[in-house]
Amino acid sequence: MKEKNFNRIIKDRLFKIITIFFSFFSILPLFLILFHLIKNGISSINFEFIFNLPKPVGEKGGGIANAIVGTFILIFISFFLSTPIGISVGIYLSENKDKKLAKIVDFLVDILQGIPSIVLGIIAYLWIVKPMKNFSAFSGSIALSIMMLPVIIKSVKETLSLIPQSLKEASLSLGVPYYKTLLFVILPAGLSGIITGILIGISRIAGETAPLLFTAFGNPYMNLNIFKPIEALPHLIYNYAKSPFPEWHQKAWAASFILILIVFTLNFFSKWIIKRWKVRF
Amino acid sequence: MFLTLIFNSYPSLKAFGIKFFYEKKWDPVFNEFGALPFLIGTILTSFLALIISIPFSLSLSIFLGEYYREGKLSLILKNLLDLLAGIPSIIYGFWGLFFLVPIIRNLEIKMGITPYGVGIFTASIILSIMIIPYSSSIGREVIELVPSEIKEAAYSLGATRYEVIKKVIIPYAISGILSGIFLSLGRALGETMAVTMVIGNANILPKNIFSPGNTMASVIANEFTEATGDLYLSALIEIGLFLFLITFIINFIGRILVRKYIVK
Repeated sequence: MKEKNFNRIIKDRLFKIITIFFSFFSILPLFLILFHLIKNGISSINFEFIFNLPKPVGEKGGGIANAIVGTFILIFISFFLSTPIGISVGIYLSENKDKKLAKIVDFLVDILQGIPSIVLGIIAYLWIVKPMKNFSAFSGSIALSIMMLPVIIKSVKETLSLIPQSLKEASLSLGVPYYKTLLFVILPAGLSGIITGILIGISRIAGETAPLLFTAFGNPYMNLNIFKPIEALPHLIYNYAKSPFPEWHQKAWAASFILILIVFTLNFFSKWIIKRWKVRF
Repeated sequence: MFLTLIFNSYPSLKAFGIKFFYEKKWDPVFNEFGALPFLIGTILTSFLALIISIPFSLSLSIFLGEYYREGKLSLILKNLLDLLAGIPSIIYGFWGLFFLVPIIRNLEIKMGITPYGVGIFTASIILSIMIIPYSSSIGREVIELVPSEIKEAAYSLGATRYEVIKKVIIPYAISGILSGIFLSLGRALGETMAVTMVIGNANILPKNIFSPGNTMASVIANEFTEATGDLYLSALIEIGLFLFLITFIINFIGRILVRKYIVK
């Protein structure tokens, strides 16, 4: 009897140790990735790297200014495309929870979230690139904004459904029209959740490469025209990493470091906003 | 969107029919397209990644959902997991190419197989790292939802913690854990960039898990811009359509499992 109990206790302890070991082991890649990025990336980041255009292989110097600008342009356009639609769909879903249409839309949003990004790239290609006959920043933004949309819709819907019914009823009982109630009562109350959703959406698309391969396409020069091909950081990393030149690999490390800095900053801000202005009722 | 895909893959649908999925030849020069190598590549990498990731994600969800539910340690771990989930896939691929590939190559030399370094096994490892945060966060949530009464009942009968976890918590939360696994499978299937960079991009039927191959997503990424000829393009689009359908079905099953659990 004692023997058996002893075995059970041993098993219990062993299981706990194994669990802890596996848990910490799965965090290890994070540190390895960060370590390599910092080790290889930070040495080649300087003023010139961020503000100059790329140079051909063999020449010293050169930077990735075009990719940084391109990434921001892509994010900017996708933000303007997806935010209005995302917020209005989110409001609709939280206001009409029991309607059949809302349930269907909700389901479709779930599906949209699961579509692989490369397939979205194909769709943007067929919709925009093929009719316009050239690769463009605009088509890339379309693909990215479709990716961003479900994230925004979900967070808007979830935040707004946390807002108590009494708040809305109070406003309506004072004779405020429905649309004004939405705009000036419901939306401000859920603002933090909406901003968080947008930031999470942006950080999701900032690092996305697959749909850009055949939409934005990449461009070694500075480009501000959204109907021309444009370079983006993740796409530049992909190209440089595939190339056989060590100095380009070095640049890819540095570009990865900058990209990860951007993504982590966005994540940090969204967490901070959640903490700071949490919807409390 | 669905209609766009069907419409544009029509030439290839018409030309190859059902043969598309079991023909193993992919030869753009002769306009012969069979998607079997990519199908097999996708299935192999995703399932291998899933198998590798399960022990890690399961123990993470038990760790965060049961052993250390609150406190600094789990807070730090949760934040680190969020960071891991936030790393762009291109960076995973890049890191894998320069860090993991040499390690695997050495391993292969020691095991006496042709040392490619890149290949299905490497891709699976990268994928499994990428899906751990997702499946473990869903697993943690359902494990936290297990009512404490039934756990306490088991403890009061003299069960050890391991026995409670094995016989009470896991059976109770199993559908939630499964749905987490399904949803992360959907992610693994559609993941493109990280896989493209380390899988070796060989359009052949993989012989074993160490040989280079290609997945559905990575072949699209590699060949779409180079696709000359309408049939070539439409064959690639058909792969995209198929990928869309598979992820749709898998996500659908995952959602149903989640919903079932919440209703309970």
